[in-house]
Amino acid sequence: MTPSYLLRRLFYGLLLMLGVVVLNFLLIRLAPGDPAVVIAGEMGGADEALLAAIRADYGLDKPVLTQLGIYIGNVLQGDLGQSFFFNQPVATLIGDRIGPTILLVLCAQVISILLGVFLGVIAARKPNGVLSGFVSVFATIGYAVPVFWTGIMLIILFASVFPIFPVEGMQSVRLRDAGFMIRALDVAHHLVLPAFTLALIYLAQYARLSRASMLEVLGSDYIRTARAKGASERSVLFKHALRNASLPILTVAGLQFGNLISGALLVETVFNWPGMGRLAFDSILRRDYPTIMGVLFFASAMVVVANLLTDLSYRLADPRLRGKS
Amino acid sequence: MKMMTRLMGAAVIAASALSTAPLQAEGTLVIASSQVPRHLNGAVQSGIATAVPSTQIFASPLRYDENWEPQPYLAESWSVSDDGLSVTLNLVQNATFHDGKPVTSEDVAFSIMTIKENHPFKSMFAPVEAIETPDAHTAVIKLSNPHPALLLALSPALAPILPKHIYGDGQDVKAHPANAAPIGSGPFMLSEFTPGEAIVLKKNPNFFIEGRPMLDEIIIRIINDPSALLIAMENGEADVYPFMAGSQEIKRLSEADHLTVSNEGYAAVGPINWLAFNTKSPKLSDVRVRQAISYAVDRDFITKALHRGVSTPQRSPIIESSPFFDAAAVAAYDVDLEKAKALMTEAGFGDGMELTVDYIPGPAEQQKSIAEYLKSQLAKIGIDVTVRAAPDFPTWAGRVGGHDFELTMDVVFNWGDPVIGVHRTYLTDNIRQGVIWSNTQSYSNARVDEILAQAAIEGDFAKRKALYSEFQALVTQDVPIYFINATPYHTAYKKELMNAPMGIWGTMHPMDRVHWSK
Repeated sequence: MTPSYLLRRLFYGLLLMLGVVVLNFLLIRLAPGDPAVVIAGEMGGADEALLAAIRADYGLDKPVLTQLGIYIGNVLQGDLGQSFFFNQPVATLIGDRIGPTILLVLCAQVISILLGVFLGVIAARKPNGVLSGFVSVFATIGYAVPVFWTGIMLIILFASVFPIFPVEGMQSVRLRDAGFMIRALDVAHHLVLPAFTLALIYLAQYARLSRASMLEVLGSDYIRTARAKGASERSVLFKHALRNASLPILTVAGLQFGNLISGALLVETVFNWPGMGRLAFDSILRRDYPTIMGVLFFASAMVVVANLLTDLSYRLADPRLRGKS
Repeated sequence: MKMMTRLMGAAVIAASALSTAPLQAEGTLVIASSQVPRHLNGAVQSGIATAVPSTQIFASPLRYDENWEPQPYLAESWSVSDDGLSVTLNLVQNATFHDGKPVTSEDVAFSIMTIKENHPFKSMFAPVEAIETPDAHTAVIKLSNPHPALLLALSPALAPILPKHIYGDGQDVKAHPANAAPIGSGPFMLSEFTPGEAIVLKKNPNFFIEGRPMLDEIIIRIINDPSALLIAMENGEADVYPFMAGSQEIKRLSEADHLTVSNEGYAAVGPINWLAFNTKSPKLSDVRVRQAISYAVDRDFITKALHRGVSTPQRSPIIESSPFFDAAAVAAYDVDLEKAKALMTEAGFGDGMELTVDYIPGPAEQQKSIAEYLKSQLAKIGIDVTVRAAPDFPTWAGRVGGHDFELTMDVVFNWGDPVIGVHRTYLTDNIRQGVIWSNTQSYSNARVDEILAQAAIEGDFAKRKALYSEFQALVTQDVPIYFINATPYHTAYKKELMNAPMGIWGTMHPMDRVHWSK
């Protein structure tokens, strides 16, 4: 991997981000509806003078292209604008919520990869066995069921019928003054249901992918050689086969990152998780343009960075690609 | 596998240790709400979301008891001059803001003038010309005409007293940074505000009423998902859930043994669910068509069947729990399909007509379900109704505010005194294009304008009530709006909660007397 390759990838990443900013801006502005009416409505009423004042305050009275130019200029200076609804800087709102989103998405990613690959490997061991069939059925259901439905079902089961997990939020309001360890455990306790819900759909994909990939690898000559040498079954599966079977998993993991973030939007809404997804959901309902654009910008940046890292790690994992650019 | 078993064991232990069994800290009240406030300053922002925290943080000159009687608050006494043009407030001596500065008549004068200029309810303080401050604890409100709604407008939900030393710095009060971190003189002080998530209020140890507040802390937890909110109430994670309107929610929480569910506490809010007519539409300009529709709709069916009996029928522009409501004056329009058909024929629509009904996006039960019911019900008198959904509030508000509608379902609040919340819908001079919750029906009746102008300045309660009786008779005859039901707001709260927030303002009132029984 050469520095010039890295620079080129970074350049493409930035170009992509610019495209994302322009597209987000135009798509949102072209949607029908007047944000000034929303802001006035939130204030409890409106008259023409107030509407005009709001449009002037937020620059909504200028032509769309002028607004776009101003917006790009501001974004380049790190200013994502002021939320129409909360009247606070968008960067502050996102800053408060990005931590919980990253926590949720990373936990879901880890759960889905670890459990998914584990299930896939087990299933690949005896492709026609009962366990393999169970994994396939489980994977298909997990993939087919909408994530918000899973969330609601888990809430009903584990928060209402068997109340062992909290219903919503990231921490108990009544434990906010407790010590660090208690609060950390409390957050972990709150994290179980949303992280598992979000992980479920991707877990299914990893299980299926690793099962297929393992089956392919397990049929190859070097595996037969390893077995012939007397290597233990565990060593054959996890040391010899999985390492080669993991390349497609790595690729998918990077690509799935974007999907995980969009899945987080629904999961955060169902579980009242205080992250960016919920902020996006609330802002869309309120036509809070600067906040929607800010969240989209951050989410896109996270996906671009994740894809870049995947690409780089792929090259590190597979020596055959290192010489190529 | 051993590792897996160990991990699962640890997870179960952690889960049981932290399980949602009662973790109730003494003196903490958790209010669950789906309402998201923009900020916490009720002087420049109307609505439930801001009013609930704002009334805890800010004190006001007066407060109201459950019989609509004004009670001392920041003003220990008050008097209205004989001509009704001057109201003197004598403030308590010991009130201080949360930063320790005393509350003076200057703050009262500043706040009322700020509200007059910035609050969307212009009629509340419109007649206030000036406020004199002869000494630090006396404020004299000078009016251009008598204004009987003034005392109610001095309630905590409508007249928070702001610290002039903070808000008087020349910045725009509507966008003032202190709105997100306000300093007031109310029973609770802001400790933490995470927009869209939670508001944490701590006891004000220097509150000017001795022995209050009785709680140490109020936490307002914003939960968007209705099912999560209900489970939080059932599990005991939250203690109070105000402004609950869904019949299934109400029924479900009524079945929880540890909760009380009550519909008290919303008399001053006065939420009315109604069907509005665009009286300028050629199909609806004839009053007989509007009356025909009124005779065809069965509000008893709506309240008993669609709302499972949790809502109450509403026949008047004035909420039926208001002292100004007059059952004898209103034309109720008990369902009569024959009469409705006859009226349609008389109006020249014997062969039927097509109409479109919009509805404000919100709880389906209050709006969408009724709009769909109208489709089948009005078909019986030859009206072919198309239900037009709006993807979001701005779209609906654009159509109705822009007078681009025929019929619309809507919910509008009375806000205590008719001058504040009722007049705006019927006054000819409030027909304003592009303004939602103005007279979007384009209704105009010179006598109604005259009555409302008189009622706004009539100081004698009996005479004022008589004026409103005539108003109710005229409006229900002219039917610019068909009134359906009072939105069935209910509050669910734990049985151990004493002095639960009821009265005429419910949770939009200082909760200084609320406490736990143990």
